[in-house]
Amino acid sequence: MLRYTVRRLAQMVLVVFALSILLFAWLRSLPGGPVSALLGDRATPESRAALEAQLGLDRPILVQYWSFVSRAVTGDFGTSTGVQRGTPALEVFLQRFPATLELSIMALLLAVAFAIPVGYLAARRRGGWLDNVSIVWSLVGVAVPVFFLAFLLKYVFAVELGWLPASGRQDTGIDATRVTGFFMLDGVLTREWDAAWNAFVHLLLPAVALSTIPFAVIFRITRAAVLDVMDEDYVRTARAKGLTGMVIRRRHVLHNAMLPVVTTIGLQTGALLAGAILTERVFNISGIGQAVALGFERKDFPVLQVVIVSAAMVYVLVNLVVDLSYALIDPRLRTR
Amino acid sequence: MRRRLASAGIAGALAVSLAACAQSERGEAGGEGGTFTFGAAGAPDLFDPFYASDGETFRVTRQMFEGLVSFKPGSAEVEPGLAESWESSPDGKTWTFKTRQGVKFHDGTDFNADAVCKNFERWYNQTGAGQNQALSYYWIENFGGFADGQTPSLYEGCQAPDPNTAVVKLTRATSKFPDILGLDPFMIQSPTALEEYQANNVQAQGDSFVYSEYAKSHPTGTGPFTFESYDQGNGTIRLTRNDEYWGEKAKIQNLVFRVIPDETVRKQELEAGGIDGYDLPNPADLAALREAGNNVQVRDPFNIMYLGVTQKNNPKLADLKVRQALAHAVDRETLVKANMPEGAEVAKQFYPKTVDGYADDVQQYDHNPEKAKQLLAEAGASDLTVNFYWPTEVTRPYMPDPRGIFNTVADDLRQVGVTVNPVSRPWNGGYTDEVDNAKADLFLLGWTGDYNSPDNFIGTFFGTTENRFWTQASPWGEDLANQLQAADSEPDEARRNAMYQDINRKLMSEYLPAVPLSHSPPAIVVSDQVEGLQPSPLTAEVFDTVSISG
Repeated sequence: MLRYTVRRLAQMVLVVFALSILLFAWLRSLPGGPVSALLGDRATPESRAALEAQLGLDRPILVQYWSFVSRAVTGDFGTSTGVQRGTPALEVFLQRFPATLELSIMALLLAVAFAIPVGYLAARRRGGWLDNVSIVWSLVGVAVPVFFLAFLLKYVFAVELGWLPASGRQDTGIDATRVTGFFMLDGVLTREWDAAWNAFVHLLLPAVALSTIPFAVIFRITRAAVLDVMDEDYVRTARAKGLTGMVIRRRHVLHNAMLPVVTTIGLQTGALLAGAILTERVFNISGIGQAVALGFERKDFPVLQVVIVSAAMVYVLVNLVVDLSYALIDPRLRTR
Repeated sequence: MRRRLASAGIAGALAVSLAACAQSERGEAGGEGGTFTFGAAGAPDLFDPFYASDGETFRVTRQMFEGLVSFKPGSAEVEPGLAESWESSPDGKTWTFKTRQGVKFHDGTDFNADAVCKNFERWYNQTGAGQNQALSYYWIENFGGFADGQTPSLYEGCQAPDPNTAVVKLTRATSKFPDILGLDPFMIQSPTALEEYQANNVQAQGDSFVYSEYAKSHPTGTGPFTFESYDQGNGTIRLTRNDEYWGEKAKIQNLVFRVIPDETVRKQELEAGGIDGYDLPNPADLAALREAGNNVQVRDPFNIMYLGVTQKNNPKLADLKVRQALAHAVDRETLVKANMPEGAEVAKQFYPKTVDGYADDVQQYDHNPEKAKQLLAEAGASDLTVNFYWPTEVTRPYMPDPRGIFNTVADDLRQVGVTVNPVSRPWNGGYTDEVDNAKADLFLLGWTGDYNSPDNFIGTFFGTTENRFWTQASPWGEDLANQLQAADSEPDEARRNAMYQDINRKLMSEYLPAVPLSHSPPAIVVSDQVEGLQPSPLTAEVFDTVSISG
């Protein structure tokens, strides 16, 4: 288990390193660049050339990459040129990541909390009303683009009904203390309950919108897995042995059906980060999704590098955790 | 579907109790005078206006800072600001400002003539990164060089013979003075705070610049609002009323800027009551915004959109007849009606008629395809082919719909036999780079004026021969630059205006380096609960006159 973990971690380092090279080269091959963003539309060719020289952007790309790597190992990933101009790129990431994580966790919790019980019940009563309704809903969840659903939810519940906030992470009038950057958690830690509640309410619409795809996928996998397991010989044997329905369902069906479900949850966690880009834009949440969108718009290379590489690291880490939990759930994998 | 309704229903139920809570919370934060929340399209880069050149930074800093002169609310005319009066020497090189008495900076220190001179000296003595155009754009553009003497500077020195008199000396007369002192970068800041928080400590680092502690969190001016906080995690900037303000105090207690980059989201936030106003609404939304009861105010146009011509790569474009043919080919009346917001006008020269030196009798280029064909034939350019650049991923106040404008102009050109090769580039993804590097034959671009001076328009475009129109290739390019320089340096106002009128006539008849297309009025929208907003043609609104009802 330890060797496996170490090997996977080493792979992760390689993946991230390769990605950083590709990303560095690709960003610099794009037209425009930070110099245009810094100088604005009133730049002259002379001022561009002077600024490129001052920032070292006129040097060969390998030299620039080496400079980037040597600074990066000291924790200096450059300074934002457009997203939060003048702020260290790493700080931009650290400041915005909690917003994305908070939103993704909330969406995932919503998806898991509904998808697993509904998937299980739908499988148990295959062909029943819950099964049919859930299948249709899961199809809708996959087919309807997240941003469309986000706009729709926002229009109905924020703009028309005025029940929920239309955007942002917290009301501007709330003078909340920032501790971790997770607004809900901060409210709890500082016992500023209004602030925590306000942050929670701001999260609802975007989280519901973002949870539709993971709900659909986790629901379908749970349903299929439960159906498969219920047809297995050991379940029939358990019934023949006279075990109660509750014990069979908990010990044999649910336990064994969870393996593919956990994998799916892991993969969906990665996908959520991608979905958050659109959701953050619609609900104006200052997360890393919005940073990526603004980063491309304003050619903010340092921020794009930190955010994309870090997102990739999170994705790879999540996959590692999934694989490890696989081993925990299925003892056979531990002995291999 | 039912699940969605159920989920949304739960969300709705949770929100019911909150709605009242959120409403009361907004009210409480408002206090006396309430809170005005404005949706900003972008985050300010920093809070030291001297190092800034972007509108979103200025939108915030102009609430906190004031210059020696101000612009009259609702116009581009200059009026007294921190200087009560001023006069210039006959040669236009020495300017004596009587400064206002009893004015204090937000940190409690006195504003006086000494503070004025310290600000001038700060600007002039920039070194290192501070001299970069990315930071000191407005100084370089308007004053030229710095104290190191590498480039000539308009600024010569500043003296404070008594606490209420500041004497600013220039190396030559200029039409820009004193108007430029109303520009945001030249607002007067507290010398004590500048020093305490090391305002000049800006450095080039990695791919960008790192700002001082002052620029990040201690901006200290004399204006009607003071800085309170910038919450980057929530994208909000909070200012509060300056109760010690020397003039009429702001009506609102709190001024909040919420950064909302997406235009549709800003519109929805206004509809949902999350913000009280935002700038530059999409012209297509104006009718709907009005129908919903909002107050849409259209500013006077103070900009120009032109069809740029680069003479470098296409020798045929160096022929005046060809450029005149292009001007006759474009149906500007239809373009304005079809692609521009209400209040837009056809441009007859390179700046709007409210700017000094406007000439009513310049050569006109009415829409006349036959004349265009004839001129092209005379120039031997009936087979003219052009690379026509237009920008994507952008709207500008003078160019609300680049694609639509491009299509209209390109169709007009095709009608007279010009072969158009369309080239589109993202605004920040190569468009401005390639246009400035003379890759385009024709391009769409424009300009919003900073202050009421012809030099700010045609001086910026053609004041040197190294420009995006490549006027250095023309025998008249240098003459034009010299004429502009001479007009700018003429201290006598009447004579100066006559010189600019003469230049405008020549620009339209003899030179025609580009084709002026339109002046387009940018709009600003506030909810029906907001009163007292005074839109500025310079898009330089100060929100001290705003009040919130209801």
